[in-house]
Amino acid sequence: MIDKTVRTMAEAMAGIQDGATVLVGGFGAVGQPNALIDGLIEQGAKDLVIAANNAGVGHTGLARLMELGRVRKIICSFPRSSDPVVFETLYRAGRIELEIVPQGTLAERMHAAGAGIPLFFTATGAGTKMAVGKETREIDGRTYVAETSLPGDVALIEAWEGDRWGNLTFRKSGRNFNPVMAMAAKLTIVQTQHLRALGEIDPDHVHTPGIFVDRVLHVPYGDPSGF
Amino acid sequence: MSATAVSAAKPLTRPEMAARVARDIPEGWYVNLGIGIPTAVADHVPVEREVVFHSENGVLGMGPAPAKDAVDPWLINAGKQYVTLRDGGSFCHHADSFAMIRGGHLDLCVLGAFQVAENGDIANWATSENDTAPAVGGAMDLAAGAKRLWVMMEHTTKDGAPKLVRRCTYPLTAVGAVKRIYTNLAVIDVTPLGFVVRDMAPGLTFEELQARTEATLHVPG
Repeated sequence: MIDKTVRTMAEAMAGIQDGATVLVGGFGAVGQPNALIDGLIEQGAKDLVIAANNAGVGHTGLARLMELGRVRKIICSFPRSSDPVVFETLYRAGRIELEIVPQGTLAERMHAAGAGIPLFFTATGAGTKMAVGKETREIDGRTYVAETSLPGDVALIEAWEGDRWGNLTFRKSGRNFNPVMAMAAKLTIVQTQHLRALGEIDPDHVHTPGIFVDRVLHVPYGDPSGF
Repeated sequence: MSATAVSAAKPLTRPEMAARVARDIPEGWYVNLGIGIPTAVADHVPVEREVVFHSENGVLGMGPAPAKDAVDPWLINAGKQYVTLRDGGSFCHHADSFAMIRGGHLDLCVLGAFQVAENGDIANWATSENDTAPAVGGAMDLAAGAKRLWVMMEHTTKDGAPKLVRRCTYPLTAVGAVKRIYTNLAVIDVTPLGFVVRDMAPGLTFEELQARTEATLHVPG
């Protein structure tokens, strides 16, 4: 019997190594796997590379992980937020690396990683400082920039429903980066609001098929709040 | 550069600018409105004119802000504000959402900007080469990917410095991408000739507009 469900946070976090690249889902507070981020804080892995759209708010979640000195580098599109004080303090002190990536390129780099495509060309960023040091190519009269895929060692995902095979659905704008990150990582760990029996999720409604998922933890926390 | 007061002119207010942009958006277009000034454009498209608004975080068919007691905590836009979904709306993941943008499926994107150059270059994400923590979000994808890019901004900075320039001095968002600019003073097309003035605020003279614009303005011809 295939059973990807885990019963404890310690089981969910087992084996995350120092130096790992961790893809963290969510856009604002919606679809953000807060329980798993807290689990990673507890688990203790350090020297991490974090890929996420934002660089943390206030002093909780990703901001807390950074504040504890556990993040070597952050890859994101938008490090500003309503309260980015932790990131900005570390960045100005030279204690964290920042790789800024256009949001669509960030999503596509992970999508490509999940699809086995190591390099692709995009018009986004052509002629800007994002293209500096990168290969460019003229195709049908337009300039494109080469971008590499962004595979993760680990992905932390928030789903609405999940089952023991790892099939997932997401809720409204909570889908965001979660499906592409689930594809792109070697170890994909999910917190789900609802744990369904196998066969209970309509196959036509599955957003992320279980092949992309390794562990499912039931965390019925309710609604997202605050950004 | 003359900085004489625009004597008889009545610059457009922000809502008037938004209404002016909305007037030019036909039914059936798929449209992304950038964070900031452009967001207000949606309020001026009548609901019976079916324009489909897209938000980068995977929302297609976005409706207006909800009443305070009807907020859905799972439904936000790219500016992280609560929104609603119209009938016919749908959700998708980020790679599909940006495929809509980068694959040329959006009819229009409206962005704010720091500067637009007469060759269509746009600078709207950073004001210095060594910003402390630059944040680009989806601006470069939108500017490079939409079928047409319009810019909506004040005609000059708060200090009166021109924002319609010969060449951008701030870091670029995209090269040669802007097709039209809506400001509080004018509507200006970006053409192979340069800036062509299509419309001006009531009472404004062409000379007054040129005095507030670094690049040469042309009349339609």
